[in-house]
Amino acid sequence: MTDQGKSIVANNNLWVGTLVRSREASLVLLILALTATTNILNPRFLSPQSLKDLMLNVSIIALLVLGQTVIILMRQIDLSISSIVGITAFLSGTLFVNHPGIPNLVVVLIAVGAGLALGAVNAALIAWGKIPALITTLGTLYIFRGADYAWVHGRQVNAVNVPGSFLAVGTSTCLGIPLLTWIVLILLALFSIGLRQYRTGREFYAIGSNPGAAVLAGINVNRRVATGFLISGVIAGLAGALWLARFGTVDATAGEGIELSVITSTVVGGVAITGGVGTVVGAVLGALLLSVFSSTLVFLRVPSFWQQAFQGAMLLLAIAMDAYLAHRHALRSRVKWSHV
Amino acid sequence: MSENESSTRRLARRLSWEAILGALLLIAISGGGFINKDFLTAENWANLLANFVEIALMALPLSLIVITNEIDLSVASILGLSSCLLGLLWEFKCPMPAAIVICLFAGALCGALNGFLIVRFRLPSLAVTIGTLALFRGFAFILLGDTAVADFPPEYAAFGLGVIAHTFVPAPFAIFIFLAIVFWVVLHHTTIGRSLYSVGGNQTAAFFSGVNIHRLKMLLFICSGTISALAGIIYTFRFSSSRADNGTGFELSAIAAVFLGGVMVQGGKGTITGVVLSLLLIGIINNVLTLADVSNEILRIVTGSLLILSVLLPNLIASTRERWRFMRRQREIAAPV
Repeated sequence: MTDQGKSIVANNNLWVGTLVRSREASLVLLILALTATTNILNPRFLSPQSLKDLMLNVSIIALLVLGQTVIILMRQIDLSISSIVGITAFLSGTLFVNHPGIPNLVVVLIAVGAGLALGAVNAALIAWGKIPALITTLGTLYIFRGADYAWVHGRQVNAVNVPGSFLAVGTSTCLGIPLLTWIVLILLALFSIGLRQYRTGREFYAIGSNPGAAVLAGINVNRRVATGFLISGVIAGLAGALWLARFGTVDATAGEGIELSVITSTVVGGVAITGGVGTVVGAVLGALLLSVFSSTLVFLRVPSFWQQAFQGAMLLLAIAMDAYLAHRHALRSRVKWSHV
Repeated sequence: MSENESSTRRLARRLSWEAILGALLLIAISGGGFINKDFLTAENWANLLANFVEIALMALPLSLIVITNEIDLSVASILGLSSCLLGLLWEFKCPMPAAIVICLFAGALCGALNGFLIVRFRLPSLAVTIGTLALFRGFAFILLGDTAVADFPPEYAAFGLGVIAHTFVPAPFAIFIFLAIVFWVVLHHTTIGRSLYSVGGNQTAAFFSGVNIHRLKMLLFICSGTISALAGIIYTFRFSSSRADNGTGFELSAIAAVFLGGVMVQGGKGTITGVVLSLLLIGIINNVLTLADVSNEILRIVTGSLLILSVLLPNLIASTRERWRFMRRQREIAAPV
């Protein structure tokens, strides 16, 4: 064990060390390098239209990443977000179909409320039912999606039935940046400040770093974990409404499988799966990197079937790198590495 | 009143999880026979047992993994990958026995990758197997894309659909019975089994009493990968079809069966008997609902709810027992003998 540790310290390249020390910086560099390379191979990559598509593609994932970051910071996980997105996307659509002329804001608020209610189910089972988050959200992933299928029953909401003013959120731009992306950027700023400056935010970190110590420090862990899942539900509800604005057409499969991209983005963005480490800015950069990477694959004409395998590989790579960095950090600070 | 309470408490303590499951199973069987007269026929039972054989196979190594306080979410993806590999090898005119061996070996390799990342790099199994869930399913899509292979030789398809002579037990289910006995012996009657419980109960203590934790976990994940690949082969023959999305979401049912079988989430507790009983229970519930023309969506809701309930109920029972103990202690303090 110690020999292995020594060799790791000896092989420590300086520039690599500086690079990985700030995950945000290394992510930005990676994104730039990837963009430059692809652009050389295919100059259409940086055309305004494809940049806009890229921003739109990353927006909904990036939004969900905000909620997932709060969850993973506390060593929890929320797999059910994709199903919440599916239900709330169809809910927003049916509201427009059944109540023509309903104000956009009311629809968004109802979608967010539905997200909050579904998040509350998760929160109650995890915080008071004492069921591990993995089990709960794996169960609700299927329960919510099953409910979605049973309710939708093969129907579909078409873009014709959705008012143009609502679809504009997904299509129009302001200062060259899509409105959808602006919404995400504003929320990103709020989350970033909230997690950095506010007591609740710091408590999320404390719970993830050491749950036992957090209890001793007087933090109501149950309440904070429940808050996290409520936040995640609200974000997923908002993402559902925006999903409708972005795509216009929604059926029961909306958002299926998206939880994998969200978790991968979050972890690639430097939020440690073991909790307590990471920032929302990093996590959103992780989403951007993944998005750039998948459009690179498209531009290089790699078959789309390769996407999922690449995503899985990136998730594994990211957690392996996190573990390596944590290991090195532990060696540096002369804390004995655990024997098991 | 206190007499009554203590007797209920004694009853609750004696009732093992397996006994509760057995009672539920009896209720489900008699209820199923009552609701639908087709339920207690031999054909229906052959159908019932055949329909959950893949999930049952994957649940066996999975329960051992959960007992050691780890988890494997990638089982269904390994099933899909092995199904695709089998189809592809058959398309390239590989003889079937060789193709089966290659598939099993590929499954073992997948399990070894899980085990390697978890044991060598000390990564949490949850995160690793979420990653390999995507990775292995991705490999399956790389192999076959959205095409399907369906022209499997009739004798193998006959194995997938056939029953053991003079009984209603499907041929693939015989493999499950055999493996269940092997797992039962290993878990309950060998030192390996005891060390699995000790790792799940207290990993540090197990390490200091000389259990080779790394080798044990590595073996478990390789075993899980191989058996998931076997489940993939059976699935392929049963439906005579190899597609990249075969068995998507099966991990939910397998995990639900393990927890419903009384294997504790915190590790260190659980029996093969319990898992087999819960598999039968889930199979019967699905069968009764299918006979009653309940749609697939509702089945999904039921499986998800079973997963949550199977952890919620033991938690509630434990906290109720805790409260009883607390109340008794308070009574003793209030009225010393």
